[in-house]
Amino acid sequence: MESLIALLVGAPLVGAAVLLCGGKRLDRTGHWLGTLLAVVSFVIGLVLFADMLGRGAEDRALHQHLFSWIPVGGFQADVAFQLDQLSMTFVLLITGVGSLIHIYSIGYMEHDERRRRFFGYLNLFLAAMLLLVLADNYLLLYVGWEGVGLASYLLIGFWQHKPSAATAAKKAFLVNRVGDMGLSIAIMLMFTTFGTFAFGPVLGAVGDTSEGKLTAIGLMLLLAACGKSAQVPLQSWLGDAMEGPTPVSALIHAATMVTAGVYLITRSGAIFNGAPDAQTAVVAVGAVTLLFGAIVGCAKDDIKKALAGSTMSQIGYMILAAGLGPIGYAFAIMHLVTHGFFKAGLFLGAGSVMHGMNDEVDMRRYGGLRKYMPITFVTFGLGYLAIIGFPGLSGFFSKDKIIEAAFASGGTQGWILGGAALLGAGITAFYMTRVMLMTFFGEERWRKAPTPSPAEPSVEPAAETRGEYTPPHPHESPKSMTLPMILLAFGSVFAGGLFSINEAFVHWLEPVTSFEHGHSPLSAAAVTSATIVVLLFGVALAWLQYGRKPVPAVAPRGSFLTRAARRDLLQDDFNHVVLVRGGEQLTRALEQIDHSVVDGAVNGTAVSVGGLSGRLRRLQTGYVRSYALQMLGGAAVLVFATLLMRGV
Amino acid sequence: MNPINYLYLAALLFTIGAAGVLIRRNAIVLFMCVELMLNACNLAFVAFSRLHGNLDGQIIAFFTMVVAAAEVVVGLAIIVTIFRTRHTASVDDASLMKL
Amino acid sequence: MSFPLLTATAAVPAIGAVATAAVPAAKRTAAKWLALLFSLATLALALVIAVRFDPGAKGPFQLSESHAWIADFGVRYELGVDGISVALIALTALLIPFVILAGWHDADALDHDNANRRWRPTQGLFALILAVEAMVILSFEATDVFLFYIFFEAMLIPMYFLIGGFGDRAGTHDATEGAARRSSAAVKFLLYNLAGGLIMLAAVIGLYAVTADQLGTGTFSLSQIVQARAAGELTMGAGTERLLFLGFFFAFAVKAPLWPLHTWLPGAMGESTAPIAVLITAVVDKVGTFAMLRFCLQLFPEASKWATPVILVLALISILYGALLAVAQRDIKRLVAYASISHFGFIILGIFAMTSQGQSGATLYMVNHGISTAALMLVAGFLITRRGSRLIADYGGVQKVAPVLAGTFLIGGLATLSLPGLAPFVSEFLVLVGTFSRYPVIGIIATVGIVLAALYVLVLYQRTMTGPVRAEVQGMPDLKARELVVVAPLIALLLFLGVYPKPLTSIVNPAVDHTLSVVDRQDPKPDVRVNAEPHEAGSDRDAEAAK
Repeated sequence: MESLIALLVGAPLVGAAVLLCGGKRLDRTGHWLGTLLAVVSFVIGLVLFADMLGRGAEDRALHQHLFSWIPVGGFQADVAFQLDQLSMTFVLLITGVGSLIHIYSIGYMEHDERRRRFFGYLNLFLAAMLLLVLADNYLLLYVGWEGVGLASYLLIGFWQHKPSAATAAKKAFLVNRVGDMGLSIAIMLMFTTFGTFAFGPVLGAVGDTSEGKLTAIGLMLLLAACGKSAQVPLQSWLGDAMEGPTPVSALIHAATMVTAGVYLITRSGAIFNGAPDAQTAVVAVGAVTLLFGAIVGCAKDDIKKALAGSTMSQIGYMILAAGLGPIGYAFAIMHLVTHGFFKAGLFLGAGSVMHGMNDEVDMRRYGGLRKYMPITFVTFGLGYLAIIGFPGLSGFFSKDKIIEAAFASGGTQGWILGGAALLGAGITAFYMTRVMLMTFFGEERWRKAPTPSPAEPSVEPAAETRGEYTPPHPHESPKSMTLPMILLAFGSVFAGGLFSINEAFVHWLEPVTSFEHGHSPLSAAAVTSATIVVLLFGVALAWLQYGRKPVPAVAPRGSFLTRAARRDLLQDDFNHVVLVRGGEQLTRALEQIDHSVVDGAVNGTAVSVGGLSGRLRRLQTGYVRSYALQMLGGAAVLVFATLLMRGV
Repeated sequence: MNPINYLYLAALLFTIGAAGVLIRRNAIVLFMCVELMLNACNLAFVAFSRLHGNLDGQIIAFFTMVVAAAEVVVGLAIIVTIFRTRHTASVDDASLMKL
Repeated sequence: MSFPLLTATAAVPAIGAVATAAVPAAKRTAAKWLALLFSLATLALALVIAVRFDPGAKGPFQLSESHAWIADFGVRYELGVDGISVALIALTALLIPFVILAGWHDADALDHDNANRRWRPTQGLFALILAVEAMVILSFEATDVFLFYIFFEAMLIPMYFLIGGFGDRAGTHDATEGAARRSSAAVKFLLYNLAGGLIMLAAVIGLYAVTADQLGTGTFSLSQIVQARAAGELTMGAGTERLLFLGFFFAFAVKAPLWPLHTWLPGAMGESTAPIAVLITAVVDKVGTFAMLRFCLQLFPEASKWATPVILVLALISILYGALLAVAQRDIKRLVAYASISHFGFIILGIFAMTSQGQSGATLYMVNHGISTAALMLVAGFLITRRGSRLIADYGGVQKVAPVLAGTFLIGGLATLSLPGLAPFVSEFLVLVGTFSRYPVIGIIATVGIVLAALYVLVLYQRTMTGPVRAEVQGMPDLKARELVVVAPLIALLLFLGVYPKPLTSIVNPAVDHTLSVVDRQDPKPDVRVNAEPHEAGSDRDAEAAK
């Protein structure tokens, strides 16, 4: 069985290699090959899952040691895999959702001349992501960690001819690199503290270590998680990442890659359990991000960016839960899985809408689409109900548990966190209802020609405004696209409920993440009813604003908060002023210094030597007799010096 | 006679020669002065030979003579050529060889 | 007496240089093939060295050769290799065929311009490259300080002509101005390195004086001096040792180059053709860092430890400064040059961290940086030849018209930014870990370099390869077969060494351990002893720790 683990990673890796090196020969069949290998990986995952279920809860973990990777002195890095319940959960999520999105992409990317390459990148992503969750040590995890970053870079910038896509890709990679810095420092700290960075020994030796060291490692891991999972303060790349093709947004920037930070924190649970300060930082980041993302999501008119804000916010929930320690790990992962289903479904739905609307992303240019795209409407609607936590659907079970655990974390902190999580649930209901109403209900705003927006001069007037405006013909997407949406909708509806039967999911993960019941100051029923009230309030507010009144086709100027939220709460402006401008000035100043000071010193020496020799040249008069005098003088000096030396 | 006196004479001759080289302009005279200096050196060598009681100084004096003869041949040839082209033997006029 | 393998490895390119230079003017193509043949023969011999080398054998040097040369001054013709030099000889021998292939047509224009049949640019170019190869290999092999010095200095001569004589003609509208810039870059290169070399010469003579004074007979033999030190027969005063160390280090720091002695590099790399730039940064500069490991540390261990703090700070400045300046560059080749300065900072950091991870990492870094820079620079060279400009701003959208070129360029760039999975990651991480375990603060600051590396590489890629296709770029041909032959093996090697660096680490580790034992430094011990059974299930203990 162990030998299958490498195949799990190997299948998509082979696919990526073949598709990217294969050349034009594979243009016709490449997408089938890519999809096939993703499905193969999923099937292997299922086989391993069945095998794992056949064993007792305590000895379910499998190990596979492939080879020694970097052996230098005490530094021993191996290429070795570890498949336990936590990894298994991820494997199934990644390969399952991944396979569906491969299938979806066959239809979505049908007219793209570089489709083969797209599937190559998708396979590369799957391989890297599987490596990330299967690695048995932090360094190998780091390889997968940067590998998914690379795949994300390539896919965000897939339409490279668009400067905005290329910039977004670069930004994503750079911001992630800041996080990666955290991960590499964490690994270095582990090496100096424990002499190893394999999961088993490190997590096992936590008890013998000082809290200060653990806090440092924990904070560095948190930095890494912030980068990959788009948490404050490294969240800025996720909105821009929506420049990528929609299947990419669904797979990488909603369902899998962005949740890697949650995986990292859960995997390193033992370290965080030993470092309460680091845990406080984690929950703070989670709570801030869940509100931040939600607020941003409320203001965006771009459907994908609204969903991106929502992703950020939902991952905030997961990070919050992971920061709560053993009372939250399992729920973080559970929310991660259910979120994987409904958010991927929502993104695919958004992609389907865009597909039928000539790639229009502005929701103010949608409206009344439910008649034209019934399947999309239903699947999107189910995803919507799931994400807002409608009772009985997936999101309800997972989110409710997180809110409960937040209250249970105790003391003032518990009230603050619980309140934030509750507030976030309300805002989630608001912005998702807004998306739903603006897209599928109301008048058909796309029939009229767009007018340039005065509120947002940055939005360039669309090409159609110049000529005669021809409204799009919304239509339902092909089967290859709707099928994955339907399957994901099933997941969105039932997954949470299934997981919660007898706390099945919690018990499944317990051997890895450990579990404790939290003691909430509020009863479970009170939390649930509060959640439902807040939820209804959010929906009602959205309906008042976007359902009852017609939606203006041009965004109104809005309050300061709205404008700030549209600009991602000004953090890009902050980055621009502080980092970009500052960096530019620094590099420019340094170049000046390099030229005038460092090189100048050397050139200055050369110039002064040159000047001196220019002076000395004058001694060379051309008059024989002056040379004779110099010779005489020289001889006299020599004689004098000789005499002097003798005297001494 | 004390051989030291020959050394004084050599020094005197050398000084006269050196002063001549520095002061006079005519290439021929200059040349003669150089010869005077060389001969002063020869005189000193021979005197030293006598003083130290070995023959090294005398051998070097012979060397000097041979070198001086060779030098005269080359030097006079140059001076004659300069005189032919410039119609003057003043060394100050031939000052083109400089940087 | 056994076959003198080390001499042969250096002699083959030397003979090749003479043979290539002797090819008649009319037979230019034959000269190219001849040079390629000789470089491949050298590669074969280097592989034989690598195979014959036994990592487990005792004693610092293997395959040694030793003959008296200038007996009066104790100079011997003494060659020998340890794991570090084997790795670097292999790198040199490997890169030269690619340099020759990449520069296949570089001298053609000169040949056409020149009606004078007695001046043969093509023959000259390839003969000079082979001459450099011979001297670089000899300096990796020499275990006699004086012998090393000779080749260390002599390689400046062919390099000078390669930079000044065969410079990059792209982007110079005015031929005279271009020639002036080229020759000024060449002169700067020469003066910098000569200055370093002369100071080193003084230190070499000083070393002789010290050994002559204390051992009775002066010697330049590295192993003899190390042995004498270990046996206590040779003791240097702290002041003397420091002065001698500084003399050696200065020369190597110029060559490496270390901030603030780096300013010759951007000019030299910018003005020479891409293959020559590769020769400078990937091959010749490695002699500097190699010599720090072999000579500075082993001859002057105490002084090395004394100077470590300052050198580490300079290396740190190099890392950040080089990377920041790379961001600001407008010229592709100068950008790569500044990136190299940053990378050399990492190498020197690793060497002077004095941990096995740091020094093994630094050695691997030398090899990997050679390969990755070669890949990036040679592709950049193909790009520049096509468009006739070195300015980043003159490109845009190349990805659309020449996807293979863009793809290989991206891989070269990703290797430069040390993406895990590619070879440079292994070495960079080792250097960082090695530094961190002894000097945590410096290690953390150096880690910032990985963010900056991503910045300059991705900005370069974005500006040149992505975006709308520029009119001048339209119709740019993709990589040709010859160019693919150059790039593909380099990329394959980057991938292989990134996934399986063990062949390299296994030969480098013993040599590094030896160096560290000479310097008398041990790796810091971890705080917590973990009974490291690497394949143990952590889950149950994890659960315990949680409670």
